[in-house]
Amino acid sequence: MAGKTYKAGVKEYRSTYWTPDYVPLDTDLLACFKVVAQAGVPREEAAAAVAAESSTGTWTTVWTDLLTDLEYYKGRAYRIEPVPGDANAFYAFIAYPIDLFEEGSVVNVLTSLVGNVFGFKAIRSLRLEDIRFPLAYVKTCGGPPNGIQLERDRLQKYGRPLLGCTIKPKLGLSAKNYGRAVYECLRGGLDFTKDDENINSQPFMRWQHRFEFVMEAVHKATQETGERKGHYLNCTASTPEEMYKRAEFAKSLGAPIIMHDFLTAGFTANTGLANWCRENGMLLHIHRAMHAVLDRNPLHGIHFRVLTKCLRLSGGDHLHSGTVVGKLEGDREATIGWIDLMREPFVPENRARGIFFDQDWGSMPGVMPVASGGIHVWHMPALVTIFGDDSCLQFGGGTLGHPWGNAAGAHANRVALEACVEARNQGRPVEREGREILTAAAAHSPELKIAMETWKEIKFEFDTVDKLDAGGPALRVVNA
Amino acid sequence: MSDVMPYPSTPRHTETFSYLPPMTPDRMRKQIEYLISMNWNPAIEHTEPEKSFSNFWYLWKLPFFGERSVEKILAELEACHRANPSHHVRLIGYDNYTQSQGTAFVVYRAGSR
Repeated sequence: MAGKTYKAGVKEYRSTYWTPDYVPLDTDLLACFKVVAQAGVPREEAAAAVAAESSTGTWTTVWTDLLTDLEYYKGRAYRIEPVPGDANAFYAFIAYPIDLFEEGSVVNVLTSLVGNVFGFKAIRSLRLEDIRFPLAYVKTCGGPPNGIQLERDRLQKYGRPLLGCTIKPKLGLSAKNYGRAVYECLRGGLDFTKDDENINSQPFMRWQHRFEFVMEAVHKATQETGERKGHYLNCTASTPEEMYKRAEFAKSLGAPIIMHDFLTAGFTANTGLANWCRENGMLLHIHRAMHAVLDRNPLHGIHFRVLTKCLRLSGGDHLHSGTVVGKLEGDREATIGWIDLMREPFVPENRARGIFFDQDWGSMPGVMPVASGGIHVWHMPALVTIFGDDSCLQFGGGTLGHPWGNAAGAHANRVALEACVEARNQGRPVEREGREILTAAAAHSPELKIAMETWKEIKFEFDTVDKLDAGGPALRVVNA
Repeated sequence: MSDVMPYPSTPRHTETFSYLPPMTPDRMRKQIEYLISMNWNPAIEHTEPEKSFSNFWYLWKLPFFGERSVEKILAELEACHRANPSHHVRLIGYDNYTQSQGTAFVVYRAGSR
């Protein structure tokens, strides 16, 4: 940059960071932000400010700018688009050169992209809608320790979704009573049970005791049924040292799977634990406590599809995805968009599902989406239709709330699941014919029959808060 | 409590479809049609029930690569069962895209028929 002279002062961001003619490189990391600027700030200036503040820029010119090649290192706002249905907001597309980011570190990427810029005064609100990670960057990340294919091979389970259940009440059970609840679920036909995310190591049940009783239950149910079983032993802890200690103990007891909360514990801990799991032949279930704080507001925060991509790069074999039909928020098309991002090797841009960029995952294994939260047997036809085989369907209350107990509840869910899978394979429209399919299956299963009577009237029909911008009213599925 | 049904001593199971009533010939045929429609390669495995926990059962012949005939697959399943009446016999659909199995389920449980 010889020939450039230094002039102190404040320049408009757009003079440097708004480059509408720029053609992004295959190696660029691309981001789409939804921006609402303060009154009087032109869109190009606001977009350029976001590009600057999330990359090389600061509010004033500094002489050290001239010691480097900022033309190479700067982020570039290269496109602006209106947001359908919102006159105040617009999408800003920004390209970042790959060298701005440490290899294999979603921590570093997020520190730049969702760092200071989110508090920037010239912006009223800001939401990171999507990131395109270049394949060159994907290849530097460890990804899921096992992936869907290896999980199926380890568990010897094919041709159907997996079935799970979160043990309740979520707090307060003793270790032995908790192990009892696990045993009943697994012997009744579930593949997995799960620690509630709130369970770490509280006074009522310390982690060692839980791990011991739970693993006795897992081993016994495995031997009795002849099917492979597991329980997500939550290793989320206050320090990384404690987390690894718990993971090692789970391994010593023969556990096939452990669990981690990736947002509350943080990406550094998560990536480390994923690496440990890869080295130790352990499956890793990922819970997402705190996600709704970040992703539910349509105008500010980080969209869940971004968190999904970051988790796939950081590492995890399961990730909670929402259910569409249960008690927790989730628009149908948007959910299908992010479960594609979990599982598929390549996901093309698809605005109808909220996907702003093509995403090539290369050879990175897939993450199994987990549908959990307020679902019961009547939701099974919709769940099998939406999620397909490579998923884990988790019925907490829908197992434990069965009038005859956990084993009967588990059995009912397993019968319902297999009936829906069989019908789907026969080419029947399972969602539309759900009632007939379940009713026919219940003729052979008193456990299913009474489960259907118990939950017949339970629906969760609230409007979705975070709708896709392009879409009309959110699609909702109502059974029963 | 009188209306609570006790759950029996844990029944043994054999993964997918083992919680449904035993397959009838008609239902079996439809599952094989599905396997073929997915372009998976059919294969048959069998084992003594006491060894069923292993990943590796005995492979019956070789996978039937490219086989599209439901009748032929049914005939092989029956032949495997006749030769090994005390074994579990399962049908697999090898998916060479995912390098995994698209489906796998036991067709004859040991001692059936």
